[in-house]
Amino acid sequence: MELLAYAAFFLTIALTYAIMCLGLNVQWGQTGLFNVGVAGFVGLGAYVSAALTTPDAAERIGGFGLPIAVGWIAAMAAGGVLALAVGLLTLRMRSDYLAITTFGIAVALQLVFQNAEVLTGGAFGMAFIPRPFAGLQGQSFAFNMVNLALTAAVVAGVYLLLEHLLRSPWGRALRAVREDEIAAQALGKNPVLLRIQAFALGGAIMALAGAVQAHFIGFIAPGNYLPMMTFQVWAMLIVGGSGNNRGAVLGAVLVWAIWALSGAAISEIFPAAQQARAASLQIVIIGVMLCIILLWRPQGILPEVRSVSRHLGIRNKDS
Amino acid sequence: MSTSSQPPILTADSLTKSFGGFRAVNDISLTLGAREILGVIGPNGAGKSTLFNLLAGAIPLDAGRIGLDGVDLSHARPEARIRAGLGRTFQIPRPFARMTVLENVMASAQGQRGERLLPALIAPRRVAEQERANAVRAREILDFVALSHLEDQPASVLSGGQRKLLELARVLMAEPRVILLDEPAAGVNPALLDMIIDRIIAINQLGIAVLLIEHNMEMIARLCPRVIVMAAGKALAEGAPSEVTKRADVIDVYLEGMPA
Repeated sequence: MELLAYAAFFLTIALTYAIMCLGLNVQWGQTGLFNVGVAGFVGLGAYVSAALTTPDAAERIGGFGLPIAVGWIAAMAAGGVLALAVGLLTLRMRSDYLAITTFGIAVALQLVFQNAEVLTGGAFGMAFIPRPFAGLQGQSFAFNMVNLALTAAVVAGVYLLLEHLLRSPWGRALRAVREDEIAAQALGKNPVLLRIQAFALGGAIMALAGAVQAHFIGFIAPGNYLPMMTFQVWAMLIVGGSGNNRGAVLGAVLVWAIWALSGAAISEIFPAAQQARAASLQIVIIGVMLCIILLWRPQGILPEVRSVSRHLGIRNKDS
Repeated sequence: MSTSSQPPILTADSLTKSFGGFRAVNDISLTLGAREILGVIGPNGAGKSTLFNLLAGAIPLDAGRIGLDGVDLSHARPEARIRAGLGRTFQIPRPFARMTVLENVMASAQGQRGERLLPALIAPRRVAEQERANAVRAREILDFVALSHLEDQPASVLSGGQRKLLELARVLMAEPRVILLDEPAAGVNPALLDMIIDRIIAINQLGIAVLLIEHNMEMIARLCPRVIVMAAGKALAEGAPSEVTKRADVIDVYLEGMPA
């Protein structure tokens, strides 16, 4: 029972990463947009949702005690608007500007989380974020299971939405722009518009992931949203299979498993005094895994599936 | 000023383009008849590619005017030109490599409802209807360029000549009234060249005007009743291919690469 409760807890966290990974897959996997500020969008979603749903707190502004669903929707809106603004500013320029800008914005946002105490609680972060099914909190097994079910439902919802969109003509146009922007333009596609749409959609999904994670854990702190998180999400997508939504989910669970297991192993093996330093080995392990995947299977475990259109069904040609 | 006997569909007036101090295209005007195949020839460096890129909207004009059936496209973006009916191919083909051949062609249909985010999300039935119609047409076009057997393959597996045919298929899918062809014979083996020439004639018979920039004189002779010879950014001569190639000034620029 204990073990099952832990497994459910582990899987729930992994699935929150799967949502981030799905968001990145829209941006990078389908559209080729190099977002190195994933943590900023995730953190924004977490803080926005927390500020709206926590009970009134004396030491900071916010704490409106709104329902969790309102927080999630607002988080998505905030992530989408931030991505839209970044997209409008940078997506007309060369692609490397997007990388620099997103990295800068994520670092800036993290500093805001850390220092804007009246809004974010500063370095201590925000606690008492309402948890879904809080009434069950006494029974850890039941509580973890219903939260796992809820998070899995969110993942499924995002997955189905993206599959629907990416296999539509819109998704096809995105891929055309990714493959060859000049040719796509000559065939009537508007690359800037398509990229801004994909970037905003991905940003909204990442922010939703941040909100879901924040409500499951119940508290957030600025240290959660360091560039390390961006690295993890990228590793997940590359391992799972960039361009493939199922690959994104699989990669998230797999990389999170390796991350969590290696963390547990390190705390077993190394003496307490060495553990802070040994924790870096987790990053090394993920890095080595990334290298192996890139050498052995650069398209990821589940490569991109070529599909013409979901409206045409699957055809079998006997040739 | 060159003219054809037909009502014009594409008109270019006094196009000029400089790069730094170099006038690559210097005051060129042309008209393309609604059902014509017009060739543009000239030695390397004559400005043919620049002229092509100006017409296609790949580079901005310094001066001049481009009109398609009365609509001013002088400063229109490439995506607006194809929507207006002015299509192009690329000299070095630019397939969407990781998409299937059929997907490549379907992607180029114009006016797709499902390409807009909201209809793609909330009106699946209407999108599906249009998708099925587009698939039928895309397969007809693939049949027309003899690529049907490869429709499920990623475009990356196509040979050089097949990529040229895919270029044709994609631009046809956009239902243009004028197609600009950038050296369709370059790098194509002789057997496939016959096929490409044949397809261009067939396209023209569908009522699509063609402007062809080409080095291959055999192709020009077989396709174009009328050619414009460019040299040093200007139109040097114009007429039937068999006549202009006999002119002394044309022979001179081909021999010397510079006008007399």
